[in-house]
Amino acid sequence: MQLREEIDHRIAGGDAWGASRCLTELWQQESSAAVASFLVSRYEKLRGARPFTPHRLAILRSFTLEPVVPVLRAAAFVAGVDLRVHLGGFNAYPQEILDRASPLYSFAPDTVILAVQTRDLAPELWSDYADLAADAVPPAIARSVASLQSCVRRFRRHSVANLVVHTLEQPPMASLGVLDAQTDGGQSAAIRQINDGLRGICHELRGVYLLDYGLLVARHGYAHWHDESKWLTARMPISASHITHMAQEWLRFLLPLAGHTAKAVIVDLDNTLWGGVIGEDGMQGIRLGQEYPGAAYQALQRALLDLHRKGILLAVCSKNNLEDAMEVLGKHPDMLLKPEHFAAMRINWSDKIQNLREIGVELNIGIDAIAFLDDNPVERAQVRAHLPEVTVIELSGDPAKYADAVRDSPVFERLMLSEEDRQRVSFYASARARAKAEQSFASKEDFFRSLEQEAEVDTVGPATLARVAQLTQKTNQFNLTTRRYSEQQISELANRPGWRVVCLRMRDRYGDHGLVGVAIVQFAAGSSEIDTFLLSCRVIGRSVETALLSHLVETAHARGAQFMRGWFFPTRKNAPAKDFYAHHGFQQESSNSEGSLWTLDLHKAEIACPEWIKVRVLAGAKF
Amino acid sequence: MTDVAERVKSIASDVFGVPAHKIFPDSSPQTLERWDSTQHLTFVLALEETFQLQLSPEETERIRTVGDAVRLVEEKIQVTGE
Repeated sequence: MQLREEIDHRIAGGDAWGASRCLTELWQQESSAAVASFLVSRYEKLRGARPFTPHRLAILRSFTLEPVVPVLRAAAFVAGVDLRVHLGGFNAYPQEILDRASPLYSFAPDTVILAVQTRDLAPELWSDYADLAADAVPPAIARSVASLQSCVRRFRRHSVANLVVHTLEQPPMASLGVLDAQTDGGQSAAIRQINDGLRGICHELRGVYLLDYGLLVARHGYAHWHDESKWLTARMPISASHITHMAQEWLRFLLPLAGHTAKAVIVDLDNTLWGGVIGEDGMQGIRLGQEYPGAAYQALQRALLDLHRKGILLAVCSKNNLEDAMEVLGKHPDMLLKPEHFAAMRINWSDKIQNLREIGVELNIGIDAIAFLDDNPVERAQVRAHLPEVTVIELSGDPAKYADAVRDSPVFERLMLSEEDRQRVSFYASARARAKAEQSFASKEDFFRSLEQEAEVDTVGPATLARVAQLTQKTNQFNLTTRRYSEQQISELANRPGWRVVCLRMRDRYGDHGLVGVAIVQFAAGSSEIDTFLLSCRVIGRSVETALLSHLVETAHARGAQFMRGWFFPTRKNAPAKDFYAHHGFQQESSNSEGSLWTLDLHKAEIACPEWIKVRVLAGAKF
Repeated sequence: MTDVAERVKSIASDVFGVPAHKIFPDSSPQTLERWDSTQHLTFVLALEETFQLQLSPEETERIRTVGDAVRLVEEKIQVTGE
């Protein structure tokens, strides 16, 4: 009760972040349906006083889900997302999806959840299975698949929102008992086939995702998950103690869809990655290995390795002697995590808050994209107090539960992995090797030559469309016009006569950078114009921009243009690109309140590609 | 007031969005604006979750006031021997 009073007191006093911190604490103490209502009412008062990401969610369902909504909204608020929820009519999902004028579409959702139970969609395959003749089973499966598929297809046609579809669950006991598993078809197999059909359509359409409902129920135990009497009286199949688990599972989809994910997790060492304190216990004394208690720490390391494989960066922040810690990281035979898995390290006796800030800068990610893992509750409380945007993973005192704490956190979920995501972790390792090499060269040119840089220039195609759009949306620093484009818009631009969307991949002796440059140009006989020109921050300052510009100028010249022109629109963040045109011999032609227009006379000047970058021009897949 | 009564009052306050000092044993759907059938279900689920018990459909129907809920929970806790 005291915490609630403190929350109201802080809200009244205008301390939004302090109130948020207490609300998080209350939620950690008791994430129940009752507390959820309290949380939602208080978070609503904080709108405007601290940032929340708004997200509109429609839930279409065949059963009662009303009690889950406040729990979901509370959990989303705790994660920084302000969820507006529209709950569809009871079992009315087919009409709502088919009818373009239904409240579903006028609500304009960002995401839609379709939660249908097997017993509602296909009662003949659930409780009435025993009555079903063998030859009636395949048509029953086909009908269920067709009905779900047509819902999903129609939805995709009417809306660009994300769609999360529950799979169908198996009955707890087959009608035939153990005999079901001995037969060729059987009840379980029938439901599996419907789910396969559902999986097919989800893979075929963009932005449609599957929630494995059977797996969720199994994780918590079928017998505990269901409440038959609530089902019979209120059409609410989920028991009181699992409402929060349903909400948490939805959050695993909603956070990545709302863009609320952690890009890096910063971990402590002593008593987090291993048991004991290396400075006191030494290599032999710390607990780490395949047997208890060291196994718990290995399990945590395995969970972190799984994040690493999804492109989430790992970093160390530990109060320790550097040599002691590095000896364990580099030489302990039972360490699953090695020094090369970490994109940044701060092993020193300085303040953790300062170290965390520095790691954010070094990795070039915002503080709000950082998750923090530390066994020490005092350090966690400090990070919460000073860096409220950081996601602090709560750990109980029991190391055996550390791995689950990481796996349970929705901020590490991803709904798709791009090639760049998979390679991201190695980018940082090679960046460190490169930085080290740079210091040993007398001149910048010598260093550039040593890099053995290779660029590959291509026209955007289906395989690169998503990444090109992502770069226009995310790149802030080396971006001349900061025009943001969706995939749809990029593909439209690429198809305009005379326009080209050019992309550039980079590789050097330390590794592959992936697709890091985009230029959009309108070529014309008299004058060609650069609409967009950007580089990922990974390759700024290495004359890659000159190589790309050189290619554009050459192409414009070949197409008979006399002038190459381009705008520079200054923003708060694009200072690195400010002098780009001037440095390459462009003359300022005019300027207005938004920016300046620059021109290069192609009859008088050309742009040479730096000799230390080898450029390969591909034919490019046209749309 | 008993501990159970305090906790039930706190749950009712959260679920029906009314300050705890305005919740009385005879508070009911007639006096609490937000106590409709949906919130009734949420209230019942919150009681089950908090006190780790399960209420049958008949018991759920017997809850017509906050006082009814307190008596029911006290009864159930005694029966299960807590």
